[in-house]
Amino acid sequence: MTTASKSEKKFHHAHHFDSAEHQYSSSKQGIWLFLCTEILMFGGLFVGYLIYHSLYPEVFHQGSHMLNKTLGAFNTVVLLFSSLTMALAISYVQTGKRKAATWAMLVTILCACTFMVVKYFEYAHKFHDGLLPGRYFTNLELAEVKNAAMFFSFYFVMTGLHGVHVVVGAALIFWVMIKNIRGNVGPEYFTPVEGVGLFWHVVDLVWIYLFPLLYLVG
Amino acid sequence: MSHVASTTSTTNYLNHHKGIMSWVYTLDHKRIGIMYFVTVMTMFLIGGIFALGIRLHLAKFGAEAFITADTYNKFMTYHGAIMVFMVIVPGIPAFLGNFFLPIQIGAKDVAFPRLNLASYYLFLIGMAISLTSLFYNKVDTGWTFYTPYSTLSTSNGVIFLVLGVFVMGFSSILTGLNFFVTTHKMRAPGMGMDKIPLFVWALYSTAIIQILATPVLAITLFLLIAEKTLGVGIFDPALGGDPVLFQHFFWFYSHPAVYIMILPAMGIISELITTFSKKTIFGYRAIAYSSVAIAAVSFLVWGHHMFVSGQSTLAGVIFSFITMLVGVPTAIKLFNWIATMHKGTVSFESPMLFALGFMFLFTIGGLTGVFLAASGLDIHFHDTYFVVAHFHYVMVGGTLMALMGGIFYWFPKMFGKNISDTLGRYSWVFIFTGFNVTFFPQFILGQFGMPRRYFDYLPEYTSLNQISTVGSWLIGIGFLIGLYAVIKGLVSGTQAADNPWGGKTLEWQTSSPPPHENFDKTPVITAGPYDYR
Repeated sequence: MTTASKSEKKFHHAHHFDSAEHQYSSSKQGIWLFLCTEILMFGGLFVGYLIYHSLYPEVFHQGSHMLNKTLGAFNTVVLLFSSLTMALAISYVQTGKRKAATWAMLVTILCACTFMVVKYFEYAHKFHDGLLPGRYFTNLELAEVKNAAMFFSFYFVMTGLHGVHVVVGAALIFWVMIKNIRGNVGPEYFTPVEGVGLFWHVVDLVWIYLFPLLYLVG
Repeated sequence: MSHVASTTSTTNYLNHHKGIMSWVYTLDHKRIGIMYFVTVMTMFLIGGIFALGIRLHLAKFGAEAFITADTYNKFMTYHGAIMVFMVIVPGIPAFLGNFFLPIQIGAKDVAFPRLNLASYYLFLIGMAISLTSLFYNKVDTGWTFYTPYSTLSTSNGVIFLVLGVFVMGFSSILTGLNFFVTTHKMRAPGMGMDKIPLFVWALYSTAIIQILATPVLAITLFLLIAEKTLGVGIFDPALGGDPVLFQHFFWFYSHPAVYIMILPAMGIISELITTFSKKTIFGYRAIAYSSVAIAAVSFLVWGHHMFVSGQSTLAGVIFSFITMLVGVPTAIKLFNWIATMHKGTVSFESPMLFALGFMFLFTIGGLTGVFLAASGLDIHFHDTYFVVAHFHYVMVGGTLMALMGGIFYWFPKMFGKNISDTLGRYSWVFIFTGFNVTFFPQFILGQFGMPRRYFDYLPEYTSLNQISTVGSWLIGIGFLIGLYAVIKGLVSGTQAADNPWGGKTLEWQTSSPPPHENFDKTPVITAGPYDYR
């Protein structure tokens, strides 16, 4: 009896909702709307990319050759795999497999870290070669190409903003992992896990567009 | 409409919890609304002081009349930035919307109360960051932060101002998201989308714009900061960039944002007109859908800010045409309001005076908007005082009139005390008269070619400018009377009735002030929102 009422209290919906189902559907709508705002925000960058790509195709052609396609492809695989583990984590939480869920989330976080470490090496290499955005661009190899810095402006702004999202996503996954370990989420209540999972998929999705647009477009 | 109501309950949202911390941590949408009220009105006072400073300077012809040219530019920038981002955008939705949207649909709270409080604090943080620039390095770019001036000028204050606006943008997004979900998911039993009050329809349309447009502002400002700090060159012609792209991005948000400012005001007017005409609103559906129509069209008209920016003539023609389309749903609203008053039992308490003031001034603002939408005429009017007069007729004559009307209308409900109707009328007389005295001459000045934003003018513009300055004092007095009325009402207002105006929407069916969860018992809705006869 006590445990029943305790778990009931633990998963009780907030006072202003009629039922847990009502709360769940509202939260889900909120999360999807938030994801729309993310898409629109990145949308601005993609529009900018398209405009300058059409203005200076040569810049983007040459610029993309300076990126390391192997590392980019590796990171793509890492992120895709992390989306899989995140999806598994949600399903484990929903079916009450707490331990498996924790492991899946841990792997997801490790994937995020791997992604960022690879990104760090890529960035460091670009810095070293003077492939910097805008007015700090000092690379001599591309000195012949007019406005070559523009490609790297987009490269750093887009991957930089995406990188911030990866870090925030990893932190959020860590947060729901702790919730999961403490038993604050489970088959009766998994909204935060699902929400964070959806966010993570969007982070992945943005990268799926960034990779070909930046690395392969040449 | 249905039933509830009992004035007997002695606890309400104001005394349900006590102490300052109960406000700091409150999740109650009503308290958050009141917190926005205080914050926004404080900013309004500051923005207003800048405005009076500008007018005082322009009262006298001659470069150093009151303040230096540099100081003038800063006054103009802060007047614009404060009024737009800290007063008019959050003004109605975050204050009156927060308070009344859940009550009007019979909900206990917004869908995400914690998020609601978070957006309030984000707003405060953004405000603080923005205003830091006042003490560090004042900005003189104008509120639009146009590149290349904003990126080339040595002032780094613009980074703070822009970063603060970026943060306030997220506050606005989260409020919109909250309202959208609340409208969809939190309606009381029986309240279909065809039975929600028109103020809710207006806020709902506003929420759509906030969700879809504000992220674009975020990325624009992000790029501006990147431009300023990292020199990425996306807006810098020297590096192959294009400053006009900034204008496109900026207006892709900032034009829809104009409707973030005006749609909620139109929602208030719908409420006021029907209540004070004691008649079912004429054309409920037309008014409701016209809000959504305005929201939809608002995304396709940004280019009318850029007729002289060098965009293609074809683009200009298309934007010109689509812009005129905005007039259609707007006129639908106006004609429906007039039809509602027709054969109604119209009474002229102060909220209704503000509503009528809105209709008069907004019509002038709207029709001069059609002048500016015509790209040929706009070449003549562009960057003159004609534009200044036009958008002040819309933003002040429209939004702030409605806000004042809303405050006088809902004051008894919000605080459980009556507000002086006499003071309301005096306030209206001063604001309405002062407004026309201030801004009508600016149409004429603009037509004669006086450019906007300049700190000085040719001697022949002197008399009209002086009339305008005198008008600005009248507006100032009007708002001060309004402030006095609010304070007097709070301190010594008599106990308000639950439904002093004979309103039909749900907020009038609960006690004044409302209980913590808005209704003692969740209402069940059986009829439309304005069920007069």
